[in-house]
Amino acid sequence: MSAWTFLWAFLVGGAICAIGQVIMDTTKLTPGHVMSILVVAGAVADGLGLYDPLIKFAGAGATVPITSFGNALVHGAMHEAKIHGLIGVITGIFEVTSAGISAAIVFAFLAAVFAKPKG
Amino acid sequence: MARLGCSTWAFGERQVGVVATSTVAGTLEAQGPLSDAFDLRLDDDRAGQDTWERAEQAMFRRAAEIACEKAATHPSDLDLVIGADLNAQLTSFYMGLRPLARPMLGVYSACASICEALAVAGLAVATGFADVVLVGTSSHTSTAERQFRYPTEYGVQRPPTAQRTVTGAGAAILARGRGKWQITHATIGEIADYGVRSPWEMGAAMAPAACDTLRQHLADTGRSLGDYDLVVTGDLGRVGLDILRHLLVEQGVASAPVAEERVQDCGAMIYDENQPEVFSGGSGAACSTLVTFGHLFREMERGHIHRLLVCATGALLSQVSAQQGDTIPSISHAIAFERGD
Amino acid sequence: MPIATPEERARYHALVHRLTPGRPMVRNTVRAFVVGGLICELGQVIQALFVRYGGFKPTEAGNPTVAVLILLSAIFTAIGVYDRFAQWAGAGSAVPVTGFSNTMTSAAMEHRSEGFVAGVGGNMFKVSGPVIVYGVVSAFFIALIRYVVEHL
Repeated sequence: MSAWTFLWAFLVGGAICAIGQVIMDTTKLTPGHVMSILVVAGAVADGLGLYDPLIKFAGAGATVPITSFGNALVHGAMHEAKIHGLIGVITGIFEVTSAGISAAIVFAFLAAVFAKPKG
Repeated sequence: MARLGCSTWAFGERQVGVVATSTVAGTLEAQGPLSDAFDLRLDDDRAGQDTWERAEQAMFRRAAEIACEKAATHPSDLDLVIGADLNAQLTSFYMGLRPLARPMLGVYSACASICEALAVAGLAVATGFADVVLVGTSSHTSTAERQFRYPTEYGVQRPPTAQRTVTGAGAAILARGRGKWQITHATIGEIADYGVRSPWEMGAAMAPAACDTLRQHLADTGRSLGDYDLVVTGDLGRVGLDILRHLLVEQGVASAPVAEERVQDCGAMIYDENQPEVFSGGSGAACSTLVTFGHLFREMERGHIHRLLVCATGALLSQVSAQQGDTIPSISHAIAFERGD
Repeated sequence: MPIATPEERARYHALVHRLTPGRPMVRNTVRAFVVGGLICELGQVIQALFVRYGGFKPTEAGNPTVAVLILLSAIFTAIGVYDRFAQWAGAGSAVPVTGFSNTMTSAAMEHRSEGFVAGVGGNMFKVSGPVIVYGVVSAFFIALIRYVVEHL
């Protein structure tokens, strides 16, 4: 990770968010639609082998946006498929994203225990 | 009493009187431009309750209590209680006013409900089937948000045409032959649907209904817009009000200067533009109620308004209909008020 | 008249379009870029710290970084400021994984009033569901296609 990664993290991360904003403002799509589109875009990009190079050069600018979730799902599936054949496509999907989803569920639960919505 | 045209009920001179009104306002409304017109101003939208729904019920109950106190009427003297809210199955109305233990009629036309309730109440009083009737509506920004849209702490960016559901409740006591104000006419609206689909554009969805009911009311009564000191719509918001004024001119109901001067909107009046996250104005079943019973009736008492027409507007969508891609049908009911003397 | 004909609808939509204030696109895009960039920058710094002091390899540090950002977002949602921030930042707050965490945390907190099982448990994925479903479904098909193509 070089010093340049710090600059590209900001620029690439910002650009992905800006694309999301433009889609939200120019179409009638809800944020839910836009996030789904970005996740699928990340998955497609990894399918074409384009997302990993982006991560190498932009670091967190590529791993923090929701697009990286799509990338991680494909990675997990492909990794398991290499070891176990076609069935790996199903068994491996959540392998890499386990941290994100588990963290989100646990912290959401704790927030529900300790905090009330303010409206 | 007479029926005018097919849509307007004329109750006659001093037949249906409004004896007292009450308004309970939430925090944002209490900080708004009409603040001193409300009877009770809350500093916490939870009203000391553990859920948003129970908070709205508590507000509704308090509004009913205050109205009875101001009318020197004991709840057991009420012949009928008519009202509405935006919650599924009208839980705020039925559960909130449950302690009154009187005959109850829940009605629903979204944010037009207060006028629908006043029309039915006026009908009951004018025909002699009820002598004293309590009428009211409530709404709450958080119960509406979690039912129709998203969890309240969800971060979603709203466009400038969005509106904020009013938190509050209002009630009035109607009686035959007496009262500081009187209801002279009620016009029942028809559904209007001009193909608007976006829940972020309620003002645009409802403006045609307001225009149609206003036009029908004036045609049935033979009046013109200038015969009213003020005509207010329910919750079109700033953008919807602008659209309505154009429609009125386009359809020959009023000239542009008259529309500009005499037609206002409760949603645009209840908040100041600079208050946080109010966007194009207020909405909700309590919007017209708070503005009419709080502010406009006080203006009538002070002699600034003699004759008032309130055209509350409602968007008749559900969460399911919006998700299934249906258009948003809307409706508007009109109630004409005059000073009681 | 109240139920509009297609021509009346078209005329009305033109009127509405004329009178509806546009969304401030340029302002929103700039804000989204800056905020999104800063959140990713924060992620980059956290990732560097995990590598330097946590003993993680650079390729492994992404996971704990995401977990930390999710925790931060859950905290800001719980104290009630994330939704205000999101109105200002738009996609800058929604697109990073912090937005995902906010959807789950806000839904869990909101529905606690319906109990922990049906309320919190039953509604937690209410807003985030589509992202998970379409992420998994598209990953399945993409991985399948790639596997088949590689093994032809």
